[in-house]
Amino acid sequence: MSSKHTPVHDETNPAATDHTAPGATVPLAVAAQGDSHPWLPGLIWLIPLLAAVIGGYLAVQAILARGPSITITFRSAEGLEAGKTRIKYKDVEIGEVIAVRISPDNKTIEATAKLNKEAERFLARDSRFWIVRPRIAGGSVSGLGTLLSGAYIGMDAGKSHETAKHFTGLDVPPIVTGDLPGRQYILKASELGSLDIGAPVYFRRVPVGQVTAYQLDKTGHSVDITIFINAPYDQFVSTGSRFWHASGVDLSISANGLKVNTQSLSAIMLGGVAFETPPQSEGPIPAETTRVFMLSNTREQAMQTPDHEALPLQLKFQQSVRGLVVGAPVDFRGITIGEVSNIAMEYDAPRKDFNMVVTIQIFPSRLLSMSSNLDAKRLHQMKLDSLVQHGLRAQLRSGSLLTGQLYVALDFFRDAAKARLVHDKNMDVLPTIPGDLEEMQGVLQRIARKLDKVPFDRIGQDLDANLKQLHATLNTVQQLGSNLDGKVIPQTMATLQQLQHTLDTASQTLQADSPLQQDVRQAAQEVTETARSFRALSDYLERHPDALIRGKQGDRP
Amino acid sequence: MQGKLIGSAARRGLWLCHGCSLLCQVPGDEGQWRCPRCAAGLHKRKPHSQQHAWAFLLAALISYIPANLLPIMRTEMLSGTQQDTIMSGVVYLWQSGSWPLAFVVFVASVLVPLLKILSMLLLLVTVQLRSRWAPRQRTRLYRLLEMVGPWSMLDIYVVGLLVALVQLQSLASIKAGPGALAFGAVVVLTMLSAMKFDPRTIWDALEDDDE
Repeated sequence: MSSKHTPVHDETNPAATDHTAPGATVPLAVAAQGDSHPWLPGLIWLIPLLAAVIGGYLAVQAILARGPSITITFRSAEGLEAGKTRIKYKDVEIGEVIAVRISPDNKTIEATAKLNKEAERFLARDSRFWIVRPRIAGGSVSGLGTLLSGAYIGMDAGKSHETAKHFTGLDVPPIVTGDLPGRQYILKASELGSLDIGAPVYFRRVPVGQVTAYQLDKTGHSVDITIFINAPYDQFVSTGSRFWHASGVDLSISANGLKVNTQSLSAIMLGGVAFETPPQSEGPIPAETTRVFMLSNTREQAMQTPDHEALPLQLKFQQSVRGLVVGAPVDFRGITIGEVSNIAMEYDAPRKDFNMVVTIQIFPSRLLSMSSNLDAKRLHQMKLDSLVQHGLRAQLRSGSLLTGQLYVALDFFRDAAKARLVHDKNMDVLPTIPGDLEEMQGVLQRIARKLDKVPFDRIGQDLDANLKQLHATLNTVQQLGSNLDGKVIPQTMATLQQLQHTLDTASQTLQADSPLQQDVRQAAQEVTETARSFRALSDYLERHPDALIRGKQGDRP
Repeated sequence: MQGKLIGSAARRGLWLCHGCSLLCQVPGDEGQWRCPRCAAGLHKRKPHSQQHAWAFLLAALISYIPANLLPIMRTEMLSGTQQDTIMSGVVYLWQSGSWPLAFVVFVASVLVPLLKILSMLLLLVTVQLRSRWAPRQRTRLYRLLEMVGPWSMLDIYVVGLLVALVQLQSLASIKAGPGALAFGAVVVLTMLSAMKFDPRTIWDALEDDDE
């Protein structure tokens, strides 16, 4: 161990040889001056000390960094792997799953996770955990990165001051994280329609929020849909706002004809909710959070005046109501002022017949909003009676000949039979008159009745007799025809042959080289000669008339 | 035994020079002596052999804990970061069906260092207590320790190789973990401890008792 330089001593040093054992040639050691590094042996203990310090430091650090351990219950452990799956908050790793096991009741799985020290503050009771996997939903693709890295557990920090060690994991990622500004509202709907979690909420066709949850009402009569409106837009939701399904294609065939109503393409795919605040019902703005609204099926329905302002009326028809449906419009000269709310029938004892009882709801405010000088009470109590006196009647009319849909029309029929507004079972019964179609049917019936009086059978018998006579006549004609065939025709043939013969003879006679022809020609020439002689004679006599007396005298100059 | 008949060289005042292996006659146990040939300091036994061996062994023992608890390798892949301790590697190999490999890794990386430490502990304690129990077997054990020493660094070689080779930046990269450092320390410290230990002290107890 000594590095101290000392002069080399001679091996044959006499001092050394003095101590050599007899008969041995072992060289003698040389005495060294002073102690070499007496502190060095003790210094070696620095090494285990250093190791202990480093080890202790690591141990303390490990203990200090040890975060809380939590358990999360999931429905399935798909993608979870003990020791591999991370827990991330805003994509920052805050922990790791250390064990995955099936819960004691065998229904869910429990993932035990160890979190970092700094993740302790996220353990509020309402913190939410979910498994991030590749997901295609709500018109968006998320978690694609987990295709390679494997699933991880996402987390949303809660706001509660209470802490918890046990959490129930969500099946799907929450649409809205806790720190997103905005407001939450609850919509009550009769059915969910095509809505799903993540379906957009539109305000003037601008997507302003999303459906975050839905659940059946405790009674099972309605669906509670939770929506979240993002921050700048939540101020547009007021207490008077109306919500309706903006779900995809709304194709309706009604008395108004075929109607196709669509929202944006994504709403067609996913459905959605739209809302609007009617101008006349501006409430305090904005509505407080978790307020409950009704979710209507269509915009028209949503924008209608609420039910308590509706005026129910009963109509009794004595005609078929085929084509009339609940919800069919009630029309006053082209303006829809109500709808059919119920169709029933009752036995009318005096007539021994059935009445079709149609209950309609009239929304007087629609009339009021269109006329300047009407008042709701005046319309209902004071005027309806007199209106009926003046001819107000209900009538079923055909809205569309193609579909056969009916609607109820209210109008004034000045020449209608006198009728009165009667009160039956706490409801006013408005008198009705038969509809257009009904009248047309009446006319057709009258025509049919007149047609019925025509003696078709007698006419038929006469016609039969006449036809028989005609048949006999025709038979006679046929006999005549056969006589002609058997007797007249052969005679005619013989006559014709004779005629032919005669004509042949005549033809022969008249031919150019026939003797008769030559004789005739000679005779003609003779006649010509004769005529010429006569002319000469006549000429001579003209010049010499005296020749008749004196006879012919020689030529004179 | 021959030891009983002849006695050790030390008892006759004959020391071996550590520098040039020259056998020297030392007049007396007291005082400092030098080799007459190479001038290196002469010692009857390795100086402070037990003290140093104890120190290194203790340090190795302390380092053994983080070596097994801390991750030895940190694998960064697209699929995420993974940290592996020696035991987790063994468990992984075992679970994936590579039982022979798991066994080899377990023996080479967990069992052998532990046995080395325990063996050194045994040797040091017996020497400290001047035990006369099985000196020849203990000497054989020491020789085995010396021989096995360098081979315990296999893990470190593997990790070092992987760290140097697998550096594909964002795709995949392997980094040595703090456990590798501790593990290396364990191996080096046990080797140092074994080096410092003087097997002649095993026999000294027998020698002294004969007197």
